[in-house]
Amino acid sequence: MDFGEIFNEAIGEMVSPTTAAYALAALGLAVHFGYSGLLNFGQAGFMAVGSYAFAMSTILLGAPWWIGLLIAIVAASAFALLLGIPTLRLRADYLAIVTIAAAEIIRYVVTTNSLTKVTGSANGLAGFRQDFLRLNPFPPGNYLGYSSPDFFYRFFGWGLVIIFGLGVWLLMRSPWGRVLKGIREDELAVRSLGKNVYAYKMQSLVIGGGFGALAGLVFTLPRDVVQPANYGTELTFFLWTCLLLGGMSTVLGPVIGAMLFWVVLSLTQNILFGLIGVGALPWLNPSQAGQLRYILVGVALMLLMIFRPQGVFGNKKELAFS
Amino acid sequence: MRHIRTGRPACGPDRIAGLGQQTPGSTEVHIVNRPAPAAHPQRLVRALSAAGALIGVVLALFLALAPAAEATTSPSPAPSGSSQQEFPNSISGILRNAGQPLSGVKITAKGNGFEGSATSSPTGAWSISVPTQGSYQVTLDESTLPSGVKLAEGEKNPRTVVFAGTSNLSTIFAFGAGIVVHQPSFLESLLNRLVAGLSFGLLLALSAVGLSLIFGTTGLTNFAHGEMVTLGAVIVYTLSAIGLPFWLAIIAGLLSGAVFGFVQDAFLWKPLRRRGTGLVPMMIVSIGLALAARYVILFFFGGATQQLPGAQTEDIDLGVVSVSPNNLMSLLISAVVIALIGILLLRTRLGKATRAVADNPALAAASGIDVDRVIRIVWVTGGLLAALGGILWAYYRPGVTFNMGQQILLMIFAGVTLGGLGTVFGALVGSVVVGIFVELTTVFGLTSDLKYVGALVIMILVLLFRPQGILGRRERVG
Repeated sequence: MDFGEIFNEAIGEMVSPTTAAYALAALGLAVHFGYSGLLNFGQAGFMAVGSYAFAMSTILLGAPWWIGLLIAIVAASAFALLLGIPTLRLRADYLAIVTIAAAEIIRYVVTTNSLTKVTGSANGLAGFRQDFLRLNPFPPGNYLGYSSPDFFYRFFGWGLVIIFGLGVWLLMRSPWGRVLKGIREDELAVRSLGKNVYAYKMQSLVIGGGFGALAGLVFTLPRDVVQPANYGTELTFFLWTCLLLGGMSTVLGPVIGAMLFWVVLSLTQNILFGLIGVGALPWLNPSQAGQLRYILVGVALMLLMIFRPQGVFGNKKELAFS
Repeated sequence: MRHIRTGRPACGPDRIAGLGQQTPGSTEVHIVNRPAPAAHPQRLVRALSAAGALIGVVLALFLALAPAAEATTSPSPAPSGSSQQEFPNSISGILRNAGQPLSGVKITAKGNGFEGSATSSPTGAWSISVPTQGSYQVTLDESTLPSGVKLAEGEKNPRTVVFAGTSNLSTIFAFGAGIVVHQPSFLESLLNRLVAGLSFGLLLALSAVGLSLIFGTTGLTNFAHGEMVTLGAVIVYTLSAIGLPFWLAIIAGLLSGAVFGFVQDAFLWKPLRRRGTGLVPMMIVSIGLALAARYVILFFFGGATQQLPGAQTEDIDLGVVSVSPNNLMSLLISAVVIALIGILLLRTRLGKATRAVADNPALAAASGIDVDRVIRIVWVTGGLLAALGGILWAYYRPGVTFNMGQQILLMIFAGVTLGGLGTVFGALVGSVVVGIFVELTTVFGLTSDLKYVGALVIMILVLLFRPQGILGRRERVG
């Protein structure tokens, strides 16, 4: 077993575009849940809306990348409004059920064979990043061990994470953010101060959903293919694990949480594979090793929630639930 | 509001006021030590006998199914390689006359400078491998057909077949004089789907009643309910695969569900309730549990789809509708079990206590009901019902997979939400509506891979216009 290799791979996983996408989507969840107390269990749906909107506008309409981006954000905002209108006045768990159902509706609709021409059904859509790659400012070469486009995807993903992380940090220090936190703490009190709680919640839902859509792009552009199987409910639950791992009411929490999540997944995977390779685990086959990691994710989510609900960085006083 | 431990998530300030100056958490009144109005052992016996009766009824119904369930391994239609050479492409088919496989029938394929032939195997399967894709002339040698068997009228022989991008091309020969392919009328398919939908709805209701009871008594939206559904089916499959009699496997499957419910409550949910963990954290814990349980099942069970004994049957014709015996059986079993649950809830002390706890745990505790014990029984019953629902779901789909529970979890949620969160009879009505709706959408033109979407859309619409559901009460919505 080569620990240097395993370690290197874990570090590589930490800065991969997928991790950036998880961080961005979890940041959206932090806006929803950590700061406003909204239970969004459909973040995978927002990511799917974003990536499909981009892919479809590029492939079907031949739109340039910035129009695709615009359409992705508009679509995600419309999705947020659609979800918010019926549920934001109801109890928190209704929003949870409606968002998870809506995300599944999206997944069923893009999977159906009757729309194969538009969505590519289960195979999805591929080949939509050429125009986006023209943005790449880096000439061919070696950047920290990555090729130019690979480095660009990381630059793009983590750039977005930094920009929006700062944005969230500033927003939550603003009066607007304080109202949001107030809603999280005591909705009735905020309402009695004459604030339109419904509108604030809606704005928060749209912003966090927009983050989800961008995360979908960060996730899907390096692959150049968008497939419905990637956007199941488990993606949402992994994002929640990232969020709760780092700390839900912080800006750094979801980002570090996503990094930790992927580092741990990569480490456990490679160490288990290494042990299987040297014959130390005769009762385990490689695909079971992969499944063992997700058992760990589930158990970790439970333990986190029970013993350290504020996560690694969070402040116990700032929990969206008590 | 979020400080009340066992309080209903939505009980308003007025209700808290009604409880007087209770400190947060003290609503978890434990009256266990006080002499209860009815002696405990007696009640326990009653509860146990109720559970026993439940298992008994289920078992009796399953045993009626037993003749159909003699461990059948479905004949694999793997063609016996009777073609001379192996090429990457093949033309194949299965010859059946009135359900009986036809063996020893000679078929030849000619085209693209190639000629090959095959003889059908005992399962009726035949396959000719051909060197290139393209168009071939396929001929069935009618002189090799068993006596009395004829090709159906209008069946082309020889016929020309063309590959369409895939490496395997199948072509079907229909047999029987005067046979015309049967197209069911609209009314017929409507009725058929209605019966199937009722069957699906009732099996959903089994799981939904448990979910709703758990929500009603503890306030928990249990995302791990899908895994309780999977567990029942997986246990039944595993045990019958290692050769245990079917009825024993069913008992073990049901018991495993009950035990899973018991273990969950005893080692996870009850301690969490004691700590005063909020409802949202508990919901997230249940998600973690669902993920962990799903992958544990995958770890041991594997990713393949397996069939329970007797999963494949011919439809039986009941005049106006034709229905598979498994669906009919499932319909009867769920209807009887649900009726039993209804009687238990309405007529027994335990049922009354359960309804009281679901209505207002604090008040129920104050009037001498052992809330924790009721919740424990609810978890055990919920687990048992979910396992039963899972076994029936495995016959309905058909197939056992590690994520079969996850697939209907949202349908269960839809049923529960539609009927009204926390109401038992609402869950029943909602599930039946969802089941019938899911099946009927395919009659009205929706493709079958979208049939679950309709139910989810309906659920969202109901939340928009009547958030408390069909039978729910306004005050619960918050």
